[in-house]
Amino acid sequence: MGFLPFVFPLAELEVGQHLYWQIGNFRIHGQVFMTSWLLIGALLALVVIGTKKMERDPKGVQNLLEFLWDYIRDLARTQIGEKVYRDWMPFIGTLFLFIFVSNWGGALVPWKLIELPSGELGAPTADINTTVALALLVSLSYFYAGLSNKGLRYFEYYVHPTPIMLPFKIVEDFTKPLSLSFRLFGNILADELVVAVLVFLVPLVLPVPVMFLGLFTSAIQALIFATLAAYYIGEAVEEHH
Amino acid sequence: MPTLFLFGASEGGLFDFDATLPLMAVQVVLLTFILNALFFKPVGRVVEEREDYVNTSRAEAKKKIAEVELLETELKDQLKEARLEAQKVILEAEQDSENLYKEALALATSEANESREKARREIDSQRDEALNQLKSEADNLGDLIIERLLAKK
Repeated sequence: MGFLPFVFPLAELEVGQHLYWQIGNFRIHGQVFMTSWLLIGALLALVVIGTKKMERDPKGVQNLLEFLWDYIRDLARTQIGEKVYRDWMPFIGTLFLFIFVSNWGGALVPWKLIELPSGELGAPTADINTTVALALLVSLSYFYAGLSNKGLRYFEYYVHPTPIMLPFKIVEDFTKPLSLSFRLFGNILADELVVAVLVFLVPLVLPVPVMFLGLFTSAIQALIFATLAAYYIGEAVEEHH
Repeated sequence: MPTLFLFGASEGGLFDFDATLPLMAVQVVLLTFILNALFFKPVGRVVEEREDYVNTSRAEAKKKIAEVELLETELKDQLKEARLEAQKVILEAEQDSENLYKEALALATSEANESREKARREIDSQRDEALNQLKSEADNLGDLIIERLLAKK
């Protein structure tokens, strides 16, 4: 949009441009890793501060961490079930926390103040690579959960309740990661685009409610992703009778 | 905006897949292990220890309440028994004192009667003695009078 005559410096929008880092024969999107490392660093700092001196009567950050832990445990327990939720709670929790800090970090931190030679900093979850990586991890983990819990009997799930379901269940294995990744990617990217376009058009007041809506959607998307991941794992370990 | 919708272009575009994907996956797996060690395990331990503590404390408190209630009923029974016993003791003591009073009264009455009897008997004997003496003296006087009258003749 640089060719338009009136360019608001914060509203410049570069979609689909990346800062490439060359590693051997591979290329990676540098801006995704820069933001994700910063946000993971902030998350780890919060965790380290909160768990440094834990007491039976929680104080300060420990309260927040315990609230998060409790929230994630409830999420994992209701979706996966009492029996194996403990094994998967760290994974579900990490998905939730990573997506949450990515979305909110992308929306709250004024990344646009930092100039990059190419591309721009933003939510790591607004890059399709990140969301597909997360979705594929979910696919792998529900296969692993099903196979490790039930062995080959896991494949009974594909012909349950009738063998007619077989093609649909196979298609599901492809649509699950697809829908997971595109839902998250689309929501976060769309949110960033809407805010950027609105800031570009009306740089005062009007984008603020949309920004709040964006924060809301970001949180909801993190919750949806984690809940669905937990649900898929729960579906895989569920015993059919 | 020439780059806005470059689907699957060789460089750039929204759907530009490259080594970012596997690297991000590895990063998230690493983050899972790090968060498990730094966050989920320690916080879970603290929360579950507290839950255990609360549960055991509650169970202990319930046990103690039951004990206290048992003790209370026992003590109430004991109190009731003690009250009944005390009433019995009071009743006995009242009866005893009444008996003692009656005995003492009877003794005193009989003693009084005895001493009155004795006094009356003494009075009687003394009066008899006095009467006898008077009689003998009167006899003597009569004899004397008779002697004198006879002598004058």
